Amino acid sequence: MSDITIQNLRKTYDDVRAVKGIDLEIDDGEFLVVVGPSGCGKSTTLRMLAGLESVTDGSIAIGDRVVNEVPPKDRSIAMVFQNYALYPHMTAAENMKFGMKSASEFSGDEIERRVEEATETLDIAHLRDRKPKELSGGERQRVAIGRALVREPDVFLMDEPLSNLDAKLRVQMRAELLKLHRDLETTTVYVTHDQTEAMTLGDRVAVLEDGRLQQVAAPQELYDYPSNQFVAGFVGEPAMNFIPASVRQRGDEHVATAPGLSLTLPAGSGLDGIDDDGLTLGVRPEDVSLVSNRAGASESFTAEVTVTEPLGELLLLHCRLGDEEIRVKVEPRSRIAAGDIVELAVDTDRLHLFDSDGDAVYHSSVPEQVTESALAD
Amino acid sequence: MATETDTTNIDARRLVHRLPDDVLLHGGIVFSILLMASPLLLAVIMSTQSTTEVYQVTNLGLGSKGLSNYSDALVNYDFSTYMLNSFVMSVIVVVGKVTLSLFAALALVYYRFPYERAVFMFILLTLLLPVPVRIVPLFQLMADLGWTNSLLALTGPYVASATAVFLFRQQFMGISASLVEVARLDGVGPLTFLFRVLIPMSRGMIAGVCVITFIYTWNQFLWPLVVVTDKSSQVVQVGIRYLQGSAQAGLTQWGLIMAGAVLALLPPLVVLIVLHRPLLRTLTIQQK
Repeated sequence: MSDITIQNLRKTYDDVRAVKGIDLEIDDGEFLVVVGPSGCGKSTTLRMLAGLESVTDGSIAIGDRVVNEVPPKDRSIAMVFQNYALYPHMTAAENMKFGMKSASEFSGDEIERRVEEATETLDIAHLRDRKPKELSGGERQRVAIGRALVREPDVFLMDEPLSNLDAKLRVQMRAELLKLHRDLETTTVYVTHDQTEAMTLGDRVAVLEDGRLQQVAAPQELYDYPSNQFVAGFVGEPAMNFIPASVRQRGDEHVATAPGLSLTLPAGSGLDGIDDDGLTLGVRPEDVSLVSNRAGASESFTAEVTVTEPLGELLLLHCRLGDEEIRVKVEPRSRIAAGDIVELAVDTDRLHLFDSDGDAVYHSSVPEQVTESALAD
Repeated sequence: MATETDTTNIDARRLVHRLPDDVLLHGGIVFSILLMASPLLLAVIMSTQSTTEVYQVTNLGLGSKGLSNYSDALVNYDFSTYMLNSFVMSVIVVVGKVTLSLFAALALVYYRFPYERAVFMFILLTLLLPVPVRIVPLFQLMADLGWTNSLLALTGPYVASATAVFLFRQQFMGISASLVEVARLDGVGPLTFLFRVLIPMSRGMIAGVCVITFIYTWNQFLWPLVVVTDKSSQVVQVGIRYLQGSAQAGLTQWGLIMAGAVLALLPPLVVLIVLHRPLLRTLTIQQK
């Protein structure tokens, strides 16, 4: 068993609190992505898992064993670093063998066999005798992953392994990592700041901000039912539009109003008793559209286009609505220019409300299975 | 008047025009090189001349003595012993200094201990007190230890070196932290890490420090002069001084001295030529 249980994990450097109490359960064989902006504590958390940083408070257990005081080499983990961390004076094969040879009880034959296997799995057998400087970025990262494979660990820890690769290679390596994980089914904790990577790779995604866990959920759930404004804004590209709004109860209906906008909210989870100013209405750019494209839109509103960004597969509009700027994804090749007034409508199934603390209080659609993590408690 | 200057100017311009573009530059460079090399060239020339030929200042051709000054110095004036002593001293200092400095840098960079920074600063502070400054107390110390006239006295004061520690420290600090972390994750011990990772990765720097140290040690004069009184234990720089003392008929044998000087020059020159690349790299790092 190599599930991981993290309880109330904290890390304090002198007077900086980097990780402020994280509770997290990672299942055996799961691919968990930890995502967050720079300085959110995600790398620190990973390094504590690896044993490279001491734990200030709380506990980390791999399987049934609390590993707080266990030295890294005895944790049955292998880590892949952003900068590959290959020894420049050793060949690819030597790099893979070095750690195993220097500090383990494995026989030479066993190590050789594992290297053989790893190089075949990763399709790098022909690179065995090359030194890192003779390898491309992608090949280097493959060797680094190979070195981790050779250890046959219970847990893989990956610290932004694809960040140094160019965009095209990143997409390719992403697919390969997924395939590798499907084959090996080794518990993997993957740290990244790139939300696309998080969404595409993770069985579940843990969003971290300011040393605290914001939400842990499957990628689509994270996207559809963010538990707070930070998660809503962090996941999705371009980010969700946030419009300060007030919600009033009129009979059975709740109506959200903002300058230039009035929307009747469909009955969803958590609307009861909401009759408030100072709320924030959240709607994703793709859930706003031109009225001409949305048949039967009841409540439309107008906005002035300030900037247009053709992205190829779609046209991104920046529109002024009241004092706010909202982003709207529309059909590519739409004949819209800056200065135009457009009539817009929103998909009322995809609205979110956040209270003044940033917590989600309402999603206009109800998830088929509301998991505990979908709404902040 | 004005016309005259104009004509000269035009003539000069024509002359410059007819020559290749960078001839002035190359001329300047050749001149500077000759100027800088002249003491050495003169030494080589004089080393082949007899004493009387040396005293004829205008005589700048190869002399009548050929290589006999060299064999004279090596055989009759014990120069081979001095050179061997110098070589042994230099090798011991190089090996000792590099080993000690590598370990010191390893401790400074990869271990956390109290007052680490203060220790490093203290090491750097010793740069202010080179051997010549400490020569009197150092001599007293050697005398008290009974080390005078021994290799210990010759090499001991040179083995610890702030410069080498500093250079290795900078080198180690430039090695990516994740390499160290990978080793930690694998449970690689500090000595394995030093010998299998740090030293191979620092080859250039080590070679550079070796060259600098070898030449520096080879050129030591004052300390060996003070601490070694027994001629058979003496080093080559002092050996040259001994040659000067062997005047013939009141005339200093400059040919012999120059031969000794040229001989003394050869080993560092060989080391420098063999290891000049790493040395240049080391010097660039120092400039940063």
